[in-house]
Amino acid sequence: MSTRLANGGRLVDRGAQYEFTFNGKRMKGHKGDTLASALLANDQMLVGRSFKYHRPRGIVASGGEEPNALVNLGSGAKHEPNQRATTTELFDGLEATPQNVWPSLDFDIGAVNGLASRLLTAGFYYKMFIHPRPFWKHVYEPFIRQSAGLGKAPEKETQDPDTYEHFYAFVDVLVVGGGVAGLQAAKSAGEAGAKVLLLEQTAHWGGRAPVDGGEIDGKSPEVWIDETLAALKAMPNVTIRTRTMGAAVYDHGYVLGYERLTDHAPHVSGPRHRMWRIRAQQTITATGAIERPLSFAGNDIPGVMLAGAVRDYVVNYGVSSGDRTVVVTNNDDAYRTAITLKKAGLDVPCVIDARPEGGGALMDEAKALGIRVETGKGIAKVHGGKRVKSVDLCNQAGEGALLETISCDAVAMSGGWSPVVHLWSHCGGKLNWDEEQACFRPDASRAPTDQDGKAFVITAGAANGFANLNDALADAGAAGKAAAAVVGATDPVSAPATATDPVTKPMAPVWLMPQGAHYGLRLKAWLDYQNDVKVSDVQLAAREGYESVEHTKRYTTLGMATDQGKLSNINGLAILSQELGQEIPQVGTTTFRPPYTPISMGAIAGEARGEIFQPVRKTPMYEWNDTNGAHWEPVGHWRRPYAYLKGNETVHQAVDREVKATRESLGLLDASTLGKIIVKGPDAGKFMDMMYTNMMSNLKVGKCRYGLMCTENGFLTDDGVVARIDEDTWLCHTTTGGADRIHAHMEEWLQTEWWDWKVYTANVTEQYAQVAVVGPNARKLLEKLGGMDVSKETLPFMEWRDGTLGGFPVRAYRISFSGELSYEIAVPASLGRAFWDKLLEAGAEFNATPYGTEALHIMRAEKGFIMIGDETDGTVIPQDLGLNWAISKKKEDFLGKRAQLRSHMADPKRWKLVGLETLDGSVLPDGAYCIADGVNANGQKNTQGRVTSTYHSPTLNKGIAMGLVLHGPDRMGEVIEFVKDDGTTRIKAKIVNPVFFDPDGEKQNV
Amino acid sequence: MSDLRTAANGAYFDGLVQVKELGPQGMITVRGDFADAGFTGVLTELVGAEMPGQRETRLNGDRGILWMSPDELLVLCTYAEAQELADKLAEALAGQHALVANVSDARAVFTLSGGDIREVIAKVAPVDMSRDQFTTGMIRRTRLAQVAAAFWLEDDNTARIVCFRSVGEYMFNLLKTSATPGSAVGFL
Repeated sequence: MSTRLANGGRLVDRGAQYEFTFNGKRMKGHKGDTLASALLANDQMLVGRSFKYHRPRGIVASGGEEPNALVNLGSGAKHEPNQRATTTELFDGLEATPQNVWPSLDFDIGAVNGLASRLLTAGFYYKMFIHPRPFWKHVYEPFIRQSAGLGKAPEKETQDPDTYEHFYAFVDVLVVGGGVAGLQAAKSAGEAGAKVLLLEQTAHWGGRAPVDGGEIDGKSPEVWIDETLAALKAMPNVTIRTRTMGAAVYDHGYVLGYERLTDHAPHVSGPRHRMWRIRAQQTITATGAIERPLSFAGNDIPGVMLAGAVRDYVVNYGVSSGDRTVVVTNNDDAYRTAITLKKAGLDVPCVIDARPEGGGALMDEAKALGIRVETGKGIAKVHGGKRVKSVDLCNQAGEGALLETISCDAVAMSGGWSPVVHLWSHCGGKLNWDEEQACFRPDASRAPTDQDGKAFVITAGAANGFANLNDALADAGAAGKAAAAVVGATDPVSAPATATDPVTKPMAPVWLMPQGAHYGLRLKAWLDYQNDVKVSDVQLAAREGYESVEHTKRYTTLGMATDQGKLSNINGLAILSQELGQEIPQVGTTTFRPPYTPISMGAIAGEARGEIFQPVRKTPMYEWNDTNGAHWEPVGHWRRPYAYLKGNETVHQAVDREVKATRESLGLLDASTLGKIIVKGPDAGKFMDMMYTNMMSNLKVGKCRYGLMCTENGFLTDDGVVARIDEDTWLCHTTTGGADRIHAHMEEWLQTEWWDWKVYTANVTEQYAQVAVVGPNARKLLEKLGGMDVSKETLPFMEWRDGTLGGFPVRAYRISFSGELSYEIAVPASLGRAFWDKLLEAGAEFNATPYGTEALHIMRAEKGFIMIGDETDGTVIPQDLGLNWAISKKKEDFLGKRAQLRSHMADPKRWKLVGLETLDGSVLPDGAYCIADGVNANGQKNTQGRVTSTYHSPTLNKGIAMGLVLHGPDRMGEVIEFVKDDGTTRIKAKIVNPVFFDPDGEKQNV
Repeated sequence: MSDLRTAANGAYFDGLVQVKELGPQGMITVRGDFADAGFTGVLTELVGAEMPGQRETRLNGDRGILWMSPDELLVLCTYAEAQELADKLAEALAGQHALVANVSDARAVFTLSGGDIREVIAKVAPVDMSRDQFTTGMIRRTRLAQVAAAFWLEDDNTARIVCFRSVGEYMFNLLKTSATPGSAVGFL
């Protein structure tokens, strides 16, 4: 059994007891425990079930590489799935439940899948579920979805109560990893004078060194770590952070740090996670190494663990993983585990060393402690179900014939160490295969490079393949000094620490144990614990023709689980290369992608939630609109009233009322969102003529003109009224959504093509609040306010004047988008609300009625005015809309002109704008297609037109619509058929003039 | 001028730092050729402040000139005098290729004060806010979280932030969130 030892545990505070629950069971742990160490201390080795076969799964590792011990943490709004027990610090009251278990952890019905594991081989899903085709959608997918997935998704209605934030940090040298190499690198770079940030993902400094032992500068590693930390803290140019993982390295020295502030102390206020968005001149990855499992039958049975992890639990937490632990290895390091266990008073029945000649000094030390060592041997098979019972000893060179069964309750395995090259590789750092250590190591000559082609990542220590403490420290010191030198920090640096390492024998690459394991054994030799991928699966994939490691990965799902193959990649790759008869470096690795381990969605979102999820742009009248029944519509980031609901009105009733009130007397529209861009300069006229399809340079000062803008591809992109302000100044009105886009469009042409033209632009959209005063009584209201002459004679249609109204400084435009007598009045935005109030107050006698965007749309449609985004969709040119009158024939050039001359653009078969009236007066569905005879190549009915705008007209009391129809303008009076959303019901509509109301414009010209 | 309203109604929050929306501020956008002594001469004389260098501010009492881009400046003055000063500038620059626009109403202005202003800004702006990199007399035209903004330091414990008026409430709520008590980073 696994249990808490009487002594030891350098990280736990035995005086501080915490209570927690796992699977509903109450358990006790100590301050300083991880959830994993606390579970082991409570003899809870079984922690979950695997993805495919629902096999029992136990804790394997002690850090971020853990594939099995994933739990649901917390409950209700705080529930979070897929949390690694090995990186979850214990706190009082922690609640955890196992994942992927049904009906219970101890008896899981899905485990019958395991009985059928001979059938559930690589590519099973692809092979099984492909036929018959319709079964996928209706039978297979729902079934697989139900049984797939590890963690439980949070409840739909809950909202994460925690807060998150980002932080931008700029440093010279970023060191990722706070083991002894990271500490040494930070110290060297700091001494050189660089601004240094050192990140460590756990709560503790020093990494593995205190567990693995040895001496640094003649001291114990712990003493050296404390001294070095003190030195770093004393340097004003160095910042150190624990619980902060270097998660990702991107171009231009952009690195993400993931800080977990309150995961270990949920009662503390403040943000839970903080995403550090770091710009580092140089990044040092001192990310250490991860131990590899060995592939033998039953290596997934709970109790089989990584040797380093077994040692970690004893030294760091005072926890034994078993009373009798067999150590199996292909290298010297695992002897440290045997020695540690023995010294802790635990039983080590045997060290099984696959190397015929065994190990070096550590093996001798183990033997001297009385530990039995079997060299040239392997494990044929582990016995046990939910817990290891015994192992079968065999010759490594053979096929697995039983030599002896050794009784034990834990197995500590070591297949060698793989440098953590993830961060090095994220941004393109390349790797070399190291034959001697059987691992991929960063190739310093092919480092990730920056915008100038210079290396910006240096790797150091074990992450650089230096397994010996002394080599790792020397490498780290050099890395720190080199990184600092790149940023010009060259103060004298003290020599890196030195260490003594035991004499070791080379490791032997062991990819399968025993070497000639028969199929039955290979079928139970796990590579990927989380996704249930075995040696036999990778071999099958190779036999079926999967030669690329990337394809094999996806076919077998090796390394595709939440741990991203931290333990399984190299082993799987080696099996594949053996099967293909190629060298490992020829087969290559899969791609390392950020983040290193999963980070929370909250950290990614940062502060963007609730009221600041997304900026909402508000006009000066927003508050009034909001308290007066506004039914909001998003337009770009703005919110505009769609209609103002009064009492129990429906939206439709409100819209009808607003249209009628405006047509009959007086309507008010908050038009502040319309874009307003000043174009000024000696070449402004020339520029305006290029931007618009019609002539703008000859517009007289004081006058307005409607204009169209096209992209260089000829398509209509925006429209609006242009006012000539003075000799060299024009004011361009754009659509609400178009202001920023059109301003950028103008600046792009000015800065990239016509950089020598003397034109300046300024986006003054938000300087003004603008109100459309619309209806037969519009002039009466303005005259009542008084201050300027708004008569037909002084301010005719399509002109503007500056003046005052009711004491407000205004610019009044006589323009109309409704067909009514209409003014648009601009006032400084700070006065917008006061002006609006004044209009309502003075307009009360005319039943002044604020109206929303829907009434605006209906009134423009009644007049046959087009709307950007309705009649246009990025494929429509002005000619399609009958706007030829707004396309200058005199101008030599304008944006879009050349494109509009192309044969397809001039094709008479392009659908053209017409009005549409249903025969029964009903409203056509928006976007409905007009069908034509025959079918196309896909068997779909041919079409000859579509609806672009469609409304119920309160003025005419019938449905009106506009649409694009083949030869439309030539077919006036013809009845055509549209199809409803159901795809079958047809509606007859007559082609008519798109101007439904007041075709002669008598109402607006009064 | 009791009719004047700002975007966030003078909202105030006291957290890691104090956040406050200021009253109406005179602001004039001026574009022109900085290399032309005729342009800079007129400007500095009428405004009463010096010409700033790249990413710099030059303040003088109520008046000031802020660098916005290689051909754009922002002139500060009181709200009351903004239109008059803009008209004067436009008139004096009439013979040159220049643009003058009163944008006082297009903006919302906030002040941050306290010891942690650098960190409160660094949570939402991609700017190196360290003491040796961002100092009084500098300005950054950048973004704060999801909206465009410019900011500068009045002194070591006071920052000014300018954004578009329509997102004034968003800006206040953003700064308030960034200044939540208990969220100091301890880096700057």
